[in-house]
Amino acid sequence: MAKTIRVLVGKPGLDGHDRGAKYVARALKDAGYEVIYTGIRQSPEAIAKTAVQEDVDFVGLSLLSGAHNELFPEVVKVLKAEGADDIIIFGGGVIPEDDIPGLNKAGVEAVFTPGTPIKDVVDFIEKNRERVEAK
Amino acid sequence: MAEQKKIQDAQKAWQETTLKKVTDRFPERKENFTTGSWNPAERVALPGDLSEEAYLSKLGFPGEFPFTRGVQPTMYRGRFWTMRQYAGFGTAEESNERYKYLLNQGQTGLSVAFDLPTQIGYDSDDSHSVGEVGKVGVAIDTLKDMELLFDGIPLDKVSTSMTINAPAAVLLAFYIAVGEKQGVSKEQLRGTIQNDILKEYIARGTYIFPPTPSIRLITNIFDYCATDVPKWNTISISGYHIREAGSTAAQEVAFTLADGIEYVRAALKAGLDVDTFAGRLSFFFNAHNDLFEEVAKYRAARRIWATVMKEQFNAKSEKSQMLRFHTQTGGSTLTAQQSDNNIVRVAIQTLAAVMGGTQSLHTNSRDEALALPTEESVRIALRTQQIVAHESGVANTVDPLAGSYYVEGLTDTIEEEAWKYLDKIEDQGGMVQAIEKGYVQKEIQDAAYRAQKEIESGEQVVVGVNKFTIDEGAPTGLLKVDPALREVQMKKLAEVKASRNQADVDRTLAVLKEGAKDVEVNLMPLIVDAARTYATLGEICNVLRDEFGEYKESIIL
Amino acid sequence: MNLAPKVLAGETRYIARALTWIENDRDGKEALIDELFPHCGHAVVWGITGPPGAGKSTLTDQLITRERRRGRRVGVIAVDPSSPFSGGAILGDRLRMQQHATDDGVFIRSMASRGHLGGVAGATGDAIKVLDAAGFDTIILETIGVGQTEIEVMELADVVLLVMVPGLGDEIQALKAGVMEIGDIFVVNKADRDGADKVASEIGYVLDMKYVENPSDRNPICLVSALRNEGIDEMMKVLDNYLLSMEASGCLSDKRRARIVSEIRRIAATKVEETVYQHLDFEGQIDAWVDDLFARKHSPYVLMHQMLDPLFKELESR
Repeated sequence: MAKTIRVLVGKPGLDGHDRGAKYVARALKDAGYEVIYTGIRQSPEAIAKTAVQEDVDFVGLSLLSGAHNELFPEVVKVLKAEGADDIIIFGGGVIPEDDIPGLNKAGVEAVFTPGTPIKDVVDFIEKNRERVEAK
Repeated sequence: MAEQKKIQDAQKAWQETTLKKVTDRFPERKENFTTGSWNPAERVALPGDLSEEAYLSKLGFPGEFPFTRGVQPTMYRGRFWTMRQYAGFGTAEESNERYKYLLNQGQTGLSVAFDLPTQIGYDSDDSHSVGEVGKVGVAIDTLKDMELLFDGIPLDKVSTSMTINAPAAVLLAFYIAVGEKQGVSKEQLRGTIQNDILKEYIARGTYIFPPTPSIRLITNIFDYCATDVPKWNTISISGYHIREAGSTAAQEVAFTLADGIEYVRAALKAGLDVDTFAGRLSFFFNAHNDLFEEVAKYRAARRIWATVMKEQFNAKSEKSQMLRFHTQTGGSTLTAQQSDNNIVRVAIQTLAAVMGGTQSLHTNSRDEALALPTEESVRIALRTQQIVAHESGVANTVDPLAGSYYVEGLTDTIEEEAWKYLDKIEDQGGMVQAIEKGYVQKEIQDAAYRAQKEIESGEQVVVGVNKFTIDEGAPTGLLKVDPALREVQMKKLAEVKASRNQADVDRTLAVLKEGAKDVEVNLMPLIVDAARTYATLGEICNVLRDEFGEYKESIIL
Repeated sequence: MNLAPKVLAGETRYIARALTWIENDRDGKEALIDELFPHCGHAVVWGITGPPGAGKSTLTDQLITRERRRGRRVGVIAVDPSSPFSGGAILGDRLRMQQHATDDGVFIRSMASRGHLGGVAGATGDAIKVLDAAGFDTIILETIGVGQTEIEVMELADVVLLVMVPGLGDEIQALKAGVMEIGDIFVVNKADRDGADKVASEIGYVLDMKYVENPSDRNPICLVSALRNEGIDEMMKVLDNYLLSMEASGCLSDKRRARIVSEIRRIAATKVEETVYQHLDFEGQIDAWVDDLFARKHSPYVLMHQMLDPLFKELESR
């Protein structure tokens, strides 16, 4: 039987626009994943530590305020410090195309910009299933 | 009634002959046509109740109860709506430049966007503020920043709207103090603070304190302004963010008015007379793409509010019964793809707001799904309003869509739906309880989920996103906020702290702390005193945090 | 990889991984539990149950704060339902406890029920053992909250807080349906709302009837507002005293022994089932059996005796 994949959907930073994050959470549940939802205004540290305790396979970060260049890499950093660098990180929100290569380099493997269908997120997760299956 | 029967018979005949001939050969594009919020869109709308009584009670005349046709008798024949572009980013100095530019371009009011730390009562040097300083608006830590923000802008000449909620009292205090420095008295200040905490819990997320002390601060402001800042709009009860979170048009009306009802109740409970504050209440709605439904929405909202104020709260003054509102075009309707198309969307939404009788309007810029708008984009957005005002002719007559069978029908439908929600919220013990239960959030989330599913399945077409797509390069020329801005702001803050009289700060904050403990004390004058000493926003809010506690999000999806 | 030493050392990452192994029933799970089991028995387990919307997570959040104040390390297991359609789940209980996310003395784990009935997940019992062995002093188990069927929490917890609220409209119904048997301490939450006193007195009435012979044994009822942080300290005192008297009366060790009994039974039943099914090639045969029964060729008893009796005879002859 295939492993039940666990995904954390988190909102770092201070913006309260959680429509997208909640949609993704709900749609990933409908796709058969267990989704841990932490709510808005979470510090990168809180998100990373939650991800470790929940032993999730993926962390999806949503941010609309423009603070992604500071906050997304910070989540990656704390995860590494906690010894959880096998967790796969993706992000979404109002993120200019120019910022994506930098985020990729910082360890955010995929960035989904506005208008991305949820299927792309599910495809991304399934494409990486093998990497998390053995946990 | 006889007329109606005749029309219905004629319709039947038409359906069986003329219509049938066509639909047999050419079926319609789809089986069910609905509005953007899933209200039925009839093929051919028919007149409703044609009687004089119905006209007089449901529509009446502009400037008179129930204000369906508008709150002023002449509407835009007297004066256009206030064109008010929401702006602010980076430091106070940068935003000040943008304001002066907008005023030079013919804008008639200012609208201040604050960054998220400011909106949540954190100073720029707070650890919570990392990455957020100056991003979605201007960073304000102390009175000093506010002085720079309005440098060279005489406060007796402009009206200023501030999108600020949880710490609204503090920012208003800063504004009052800037006025004093410019020699402008409180009585002359004109503007609005958003000051609507309930929708923060529902949809926007920039809350600080729990509901009870938050509502106390709001009623303190009502009370203080009624005597000291009489031209100030003390609250802008906002459906905008509720709609952005994914609600339907009717939910936007219902939940906004339910918030309004809660504030009126709180003020009455605090001992205020309804007619002393109700005239200063204002509203803030969204404008989406379904033109006719949006116009109907504003008309229905006016009719319901007038009825609530007159019948439920016995407001005598007509001012108290009028629903005056600001509109912003729908941010969530903007697409990152083929972003110039957004200019067209904004134009339609502008028409909706104007034909719906808005008092002021912000038009979004084409690039806002990608970043903060550039100067050029902001200019096009403002020009859109100016074209509608000066060239389209829609401002020449009051309530131009009145009497459209379709629009009148939709107005009734939305009104009915909204009343149903208002009843359900009453049954739960009012809006605070309905929010704490998660009822309101759940209704909105379900609508949002449904809409998104329809977009993903292609049932709802979004041009450039799920249909008529093209391969396009990365957009260029986006506005970037300098990431080093926090350092700049922190340095400024340190300088202010070094040069102020610390004893004055400590004294005024201690008085505020004592006042917070006693629910009978109006905190507004105490906050103004603290503001004058250059106490920081964070310091003031932390005093209140210690006394009031902090609100925690408690609703899952 | 041998997780046990790292779990015993209290390493968060590996405690979390151990829970994953248990949830996924992975190879090595039994060996892991075997190694941890001698180190269990130190923690006190509190169950929190009650209908959806009763404020269980908000109460749990408050309890964590109280326990941390007195220096105790807290483990939390919060169970939410899995979707019967997709198998997915939204695990959102911890949203109300996120202020503790960065406190290294608190470990919170969300669990999906994955089809298990009874208000908890199938893996919850073993998960408690992991947290116990990892050195958490207090373990809070928050159930799904669907009502009458949540009896499993009684077996897993030393003490059960049954959370009720006014305004759900089903108070009386719940009282009748025997939910009352689950609770050790009755907590009426949202005491600031109309009707809270009424709920408390209704519970009191039912309990009075039950303890008419020995009223001093009557379960405590606490009025609190978890959201407004009212009445919680008083409730903690009640809880402490309740646990002390359970310990003094021997009731606590009886309960823990009973827990072991049901665990032995459950493991035995599972093992027997697995072995027998395998022996019979159950999955391979089942369709043929159904065909036979559907055609009324046998009765189900005759068929099963035919299959099982040789096996039982073999066992008897040993």
